[in-house]
Amino acid sequence: MIDFLGQLMATFFSTITDVLPIAGILFAFQALVIRKPPAHLKRILIGFVYVVIGLSLFLVGLEAALFPIGETMAQQLTAPGFLGIAEGSDVNWRDYGWVYVFAAAIGFSTTIAEPSLIAVALKAEEVSGATLKASHLRFVVAIGVAIGVSLGAYRIVSGTPLPYYIMAGYAAVIAQTLWASKSIIPLAYDSGGVTTSTVTVPVVAALGLGLASTIPGRSPLLDGFGLIAFASVFPIMSVLGYDMIATWLRRLEHRKTKEQDQ
Amino acid sequence: MSKPILGFLKILGSAARDLAPIVLVIAFFQIVVLHKPFPDLGSVATGLACVVLGLALFIQGLEMGLFPLGEAMAQALARKGSLSVLLIFAFALGFGATVAEPALIAIADEAAEIAGSGGVIVDTMDSKDSYAFSLRMTVAASVGVALVLGVFRILVGWPIQYFIIGGYILVVVITFFAPPEIVGIAYDSGGVTTSTITVPLVTALGVGLASSIKGRNPMIDGFGLIAFASLTPMIFVLIFGMLA
Repeated sequence: MIDFLGQLMATFFSTITDVLPIAGILFAFQALVIRKPPAHLKRILIGFVYVVIGLSLFLVGLEAALFPIGETMAQQLTAPGFLGIAEGSDVNWRDYGWVYVFAAAIGFSTTIAEPSLIAVALKAEEVSGATLKASHLRFVVAIGVAIGVSLGAYRIVSGTPLPYYIMAGYAAVIAQTLWASKSIIPLAYDSGGVTTSTVTVPVVAALGLGLASTIPGRSPLLDGFGLIAFASVFPIMSVLGYDMIATWLRRLEHRKTKEQDQ
Repeated sequence: MSKPILGFLKILGSAARDLAPIVLVIAFFQIVVLHKPFPDLGSVATGLACVVLGLALFIQGLEMGLFPLGEAMAQALARKGSLSVLLIFAFALGFGATVAEPALIAIADEAAEIAGSGGVIVDTMDSKDSYAFSLRMTVAASVGVALVLGVFRILVGWPIQYFIIGGYILVVVITFFAPPEIVGIAYDSGGVTTSTITVPLVTALGVGLASSIKGRNPMIDGFGLIAFASLTPMIFVLIFGMLA
């Protein structure tokens, strides 16, 4: 319990040091340039306190409850003993089935709980006048992360070069951008960056390092990185894809009602 | 029961729902796949209670503090009408939000370790420290530049894809010339720079700016700042790897 409280305090202070530069810049511009306090100042300050306390509790809780299990699990799943691989035998990507399933499941579930994605999704729902539901956007982004992390795990197992995958992803994004509706493009690009933060990064990075250090011929320093990059490109593709499907369905619906009218 | 308490209970409920998938995934793999007992239920339950309460408080604070402040400042700065002030603000916010980011500090140290063992720099404490520090400054400056570019785009209303696709092409071209050790770190650095406090603030800034400028659509012009902030670090770190 004492240990837990100590950790809570430590996280609390590191969150504050993280916020301090931002708060300082906001305050300086508010005082020197705008020279007028914002409306509802008290409410805003209370909101900031909530954010700092909330984020600290969130991180400490994850640290106590989920990260240790998630990280050991990543190591256990990639251990040759569990996978039934004889020492020194060649790497066959088919032996790592559970790793891909775990990568997809953990990518999906951590994205659903990602606070920055919740924030962007709420804003998008508000700005779009609720035509784009926050929960739909988060689900679609989580699917993208799941596919991305799973493919990223396959890349580490197979030892194929990272840039090829990312370039192929970029090519897909560029092609999809040509077809997607204008209003979704900026949001889709944004969703690549927001998915990878507090919850997703630690577990996914542990998975990458675990894989790279147990597979013969892979270096954790060279091959362990790159899963995050996968998790940032694939949500862009899934959100753009979602928009294309939604537009297509709308058109189909439209045509049907037209036919009925005739 | 009063209205705010009822509202908070609702947020608490949806926070619990957001966490459920992680718990299910971990329980499934622990019990069904790995055949291990679920460890120390007491501490897991305490931890989960903290996570749910923390997430609910964060979302409540978001709506009360970060969103309104980001939008209010964007509107006030737009009313000022000074382009340079707005761009300086964008740079300062991007730089300040990134420079103290714990995930970035961790990744910079790791990168220095790789550079040291790979013979890119001298393998001493001092040279690794200075390598990590310059890498951090590079990434922080790149996020500052990203917000400047992003805010400029909102002001002129150009389509975002020109910038982002142009950036992708640049990343691909530079990748061929950058040392292979830096590529993984460079690609990852794009994702880690945008922290949980920066994202809502920057999003509110973009949307607030787009909605206070005539002729801009908040949906088309307001989003996209985060996309800039995850692209420029890749370019800057790749160039850093070539120069270092």
